[in-house]
Amino acid sequence: MGHPTTPVVSLRGVGKAFGTGTLALDRLDLDVRTGEFLSLLGPSGCGKSTALRIIAGLSEPSRGSVTWQGGDARRGIGFVFQEPTLMPWATVLDNVFLPLKLGGADRAAEIPRVMDTLSRVGLAEFAQAYPRELSGGMRMRVSIARALVTAPRVLLMDEPFAALDEITRFKLNDDLVALWRELGMTVVFVTHSVFESVYLSERIVVMTGRPGRVSSELAIEAPNRDARFRTSAEYAAYCRLASDALASAMRAPQGAAA
Amino acid sequence: MNERMLRILAPAAVLALGVMAWDLVVRVNGIPPYILPSPGLVMRTLVADWSILWSSLLATLTTTVEGLLLAVVGGIGLAVLFNQSRLVEHSLYPYAVILQVTPVVAIAPLLLIYLPQQAAVLACAWIVAFFPVLANTTLGLNSVDHNLADLFRLYGASRWQVLWELKLPAAQPQMLAGIRIAGGLSLIGAVVAEIAAGSAGAGSGLAYRIAESGYRLNIPRMFAALILLSVTGIVIFFALSLLSHLLLRRWHESAVAAER
Repeated sequence: MGHPTTPVVSLRGVGKAFGTGTLALDRLDLDVRTGEFLSLLGPSGCGKSTALRIIAGLSEPSRGSVTWQGGDARRGIGFVFQEPTLMPWATVLDNVFLPLKLGGADRAAEIPRVMDTLSRVGLAEFAQAYPRELSGGMRMRVSIARALVTAPRVLLMDEPFAALDEITRFKLNDDLVALWRELGMTVVFVTHSVFESVYLSERIVVMTGRPGRVSSELAIEAPNRDARFRTSAEYAAYCRLASDALASAMRAPQGAAA
Repeated sequence: MNERMLRILAPAAVLALGVMAWDLVVRVNGIPPYILPSPGLVMRTLVADWSILWSSLLATLTTTVEGLLLAVVGGIGLAVLFNQSRLVEHSLYPYAVILQVTPVVAIAPLLLIYLPQQAAVLACAWIVAFFPVLANTTLGLNSVDHNLADLFRLYGASRWQVLWELKLPAAQPQMLAGIRIAGGLSLIGAVVAEIAAGSAGAGSGLAYRIAESGYRLNIPRMFAALILLSVTGIVIFFALSLLSHLLLRRWHESAVAAER
């Protein structure tokens, strides 16, 4: 979709072995292009979450390299976990303020910025609520707001909507696409859902079962991501393509467990 | 009748029946007060000896509260230290356990030899009370959500920020549970030490009054002092439960469930 092809982050020959001897990733090559919405699609246990954690710097690769455009210092990452992962003792406002606070920011000075981010996810009037007072979907919105508050270059999401009901998931999918277009950031989205990855992404990277490697790639070209796209023939065709790619990735003679 | 009323009325009825039975047994059998005083006599003694009992109560309460405060400070302080340094934890934890498992009744006479009496009594209260605070706080500090811990790492949080903004708030429920147990134990420690000290011939706390009344066969006063001790324990328990509820009610499930 006309993005410059400079990768914001590149993985070359990345391998990850855990202490137990399990090989989660093997010789993974991946370029995340500036401004794209990229999905990592694969069966559970294929190491896609491990890949995301390596990109985030939460996990060190056993082999290979991770190169950031402009160097490691200004990675500029937002991370959304599978669970909302909020601090239950803090209000929505303070949860979203957390990344700024850890960076040494002054609370009073940053309140407008936090409120602005909360409005983007439609939760401005819940600033003083506690997480337990919110629904699952709203908690996930708070989590997304927290990831966005630092205006990250890259938003990393690890199956963020997997635990939500379908209606909430569809709504959050639409809101996420809108935020991505509006903020012009790069998104790396890990999922095991073919439908979700086709609906959201410009590019899908399909991964093989453990140890995880790139099996194939699929570009999704759709002018709009909306209800019409979701019911269109193109969408169905893309879903079939992605399904087939996933099926062949799982058949690939890679390793023992799939 | 709703649940709430039942919770108050049922134990109150048991209390009334028990007191009536007690009174009846004393009257019917003509039991002399130096063996078993009637409930009425115990209440009259409580009023008549109030000035002595009140000053004794204050003495015991002071020891208990001081012991509890030191236990809270020491328990949380040690837990934080253990959490920050494996070496310190491995070096000191066994001794904390030894201090906990050795009966305080057995330690008290020794402490009374080496320390001034008031300090020895306080030390006993502290010894029994600090361990639940330490153990519970340690558990709380170690059970932080690992994703939240990752998030703090992602944003480059300092050690201090992780402790102050993540671990300590997350450990609050366990910490408060430990403090609630410590409140009762601190009273027990104070009483044990006072009894030990009393038999050494000095003291002024409620437990000392009980021991003293025992020697003098002043059984009504023994009962009166015992009632005051129980009431003190109950008040401490409820005060700490209230504190816990107030601190947790907005966010923690334990307090939320109680609100429904």
